Amino acid sequence: MANTQLLGLFEDPQKVADAMGELKGAGFPVEDLDIYSGSPFPEGAFGEHEAEHRLFMFPLVGALIGFSIGLLWTAGTQISYPLITGGKPILSIPPMTIIMYENTMLGAILFTVLGVLFESRLPKRDLGLYDERITEGYIGIYVDCPVERASAAEAVLNSNGAEEIKKA
Amino acid sequence: MYYRRTLTEAQINQQLLGTVLTTPLWWIVLVSLLGIVVAGAVGAVGWMINQGLGVTGLRQPVFWGFFITNFIFWVGISHAGVMISAILRLSQAEWRRPMVRAAETMTVFALMASLAMPLVHAGRPWRIFYWVFPYDWARGIWPDVRSPLVWDPIAITTYLTSSMLFVYTALIPDLAIIRDRSTGWRRSVYGVLSLGWHGNPRQWKIQGFAGILLSALILPVFVSVHSIVSWDFSVSLVPSWHVTIFAPYFVIGAVHSGVSAVVTLMIIMRKLYKLENFIWEEHIDALARLLMVVALAWMFLFWLDLVFALWLREEQEITVWMLRMFEPPWSWLFFLFFMFSFVIPVPLWMFRRVRRSFTWMLWTSLLVNFGMFLERFLIIVPALMRKGPQTFTYATYRPSPVEFTIIFGTIALVCFLLLIFSKFFPLIPLWEEKEGQLLIDHVKVGNVYVPALVKEH
Repeated sequence: MANTQLLGLFEDPQKVADAMGELKGAGFPVEDLDIYSGSPFPEGAFGEHEAEHRLFMFPLVGALIGFSIGLLWTAGTQISYPLITGGKPILSIPPMTIIMYENTMLGAILFTVLGVLFESRLPKRDLGLYDERITEGYIGIYVDCPVERASAAEAVLNSNGAEEIKKA
Repeated sequence: MYYRRTLTEAQINQQLLGTVLTTPLWWIVLVSLLGIVVAGAVGAVGWMINQGLGVTGLRQPVFWGFFITNFIFWVGISHAGVMISAILRLSQAEWRRPMVRAAETMTVFALMASLAMPLVHAGRPWRIFYWVFPYDWARGIWPDVRSPLVWDPIAITTYLTSSMLFVYTALIPDLAIIRDRSTGWRRSVYGVLSLGWHGNPRQWKIQGFAGILLSALILPVFVSVHSIVSWDFSVSLVPSWHVTIFAPYFVIGAVHSGVSAVVTLMIIMRKLYKLENFIWEEHIDALARLLMVVALAWMFLFWLDLVFALWLREEQEITVWMLRMFEPPWSWLFFLFFMFSFVIPVPLWMFRRVRRSFTWMLWTSLLVNFGMFLERFLIIVPALMRKGPQTFTYATYRPSPVEFTIIFGTIALVCFLLLIFSKFFPLIPLWEEKEGQLLIDHVKVGNVYVPALVKEH
């Protein structure tokens, strides 16, 4: 079954919410609908599919990796070039903790950013069906549906005041 | 009284992308002038590398002078950028919106300027790589991780990397806006940089979560970095450096100078880029109140530093403090530092009229930064002048024209980089402003309209 895509452009957020409600009522699965906007709207404002993510896992993993790397190179350098200072142990814990802490935080932050890109499904090479007016204040409803249902989707978008409907 | 024009998304785009999409004449003139100063500083560095560190005023025992002062100064300036952005994001303060990106960007460029200082100071900068990078270059010698001079580059590069990623992550939606407004090769470049951002609810949700998560992660880094930089001094045995108060003292001093720098930056931005619709009296009023609290905390820690010296009554430390406070010309510098950092600005900031005046806030914030530069200078140099117990080791320090050129060059460099950044990226986050406009309303209470904020919890 071949699918097609439509993008309806709206100026009024209320019309977007109404159109989304009608589309869902007409049997279009919420996972096949998406909203494009130039600014963040409150979650659920348009009845869209609520995204679940595991972004919190990324800094944890990154911190563990950073901690391990910090421990490895601080302990490794001190063991590789053992400088006996005042009869104290070769592995000097307090300065090691400073460097290990910084490496832990760096790992956490690096992995957080990687997680942001991963969870946002970025980078995306092809913009696909999109309109520049979305960043000028328009809101787009993106519909991915079977070809035979495209006209029904188009009718819903038109009846709710879509300024323009773009098709793939 | 609180009426503000509500702008459409198209108007926000047009006003905040002014210098990105066009190139005003003032921008070209300013960049050219700053570029000349930076080039002069680079020339001075080249002259110094060629002729040796003898062209500076550094002499035994004062081997840390203007360069290290400037290093601490710029690390301090860099702190407030991320602090303001991170703390205000975490507390969801609405007034953060126009200043977060400028503050974060100032952090990045201030850190770059600060990183340049130890490289310049080394005399032979290429050698630094050998004793910092964790690799056995020759004869089995590895970096000594017990040295604060190894902690420093690690801390600062962590902070620099984190800040750059912080700026970029929040910049992605705005890069998409510029992509949509551009044509030709610019559209391709911004298209790559924006990573194909669409602005769907998942991406916005992750963007909001990321802002809070990155803020929470970067705040401990911000505290640790200047603490580590302060340990360059406090883990030594130099009198008046070897004190435990240095870590919090340096951090709070960094916040004091950094927030002042943000105030300076916001006011100049407002004037140059005509951002009257975005940077209001309420913003600098809020920053001034923050500055008062920070300045008071900083003054407390400054006096603690003196009290510790008086408590211990260690002869060398008392000698250093006597030099700072009572022997000219150091006493004059001490007087200026005290007046500029605290005595003049803080009482002024107690007045609402001053806090809400862009002119007053510009001059007081500049005074604070001049005073804080003197503060760092007075911490470093007098201590080294009286480092040894024998009076025949006593010396003085007089910075040379080469050092002055390089210092002014770093100030010009940060301004230059900020202007270049503003040519390609908006200094005020467009998407944050649009979100703010979406959530704001005006409620009629009696005869007045009061701004109200609609927020979900």
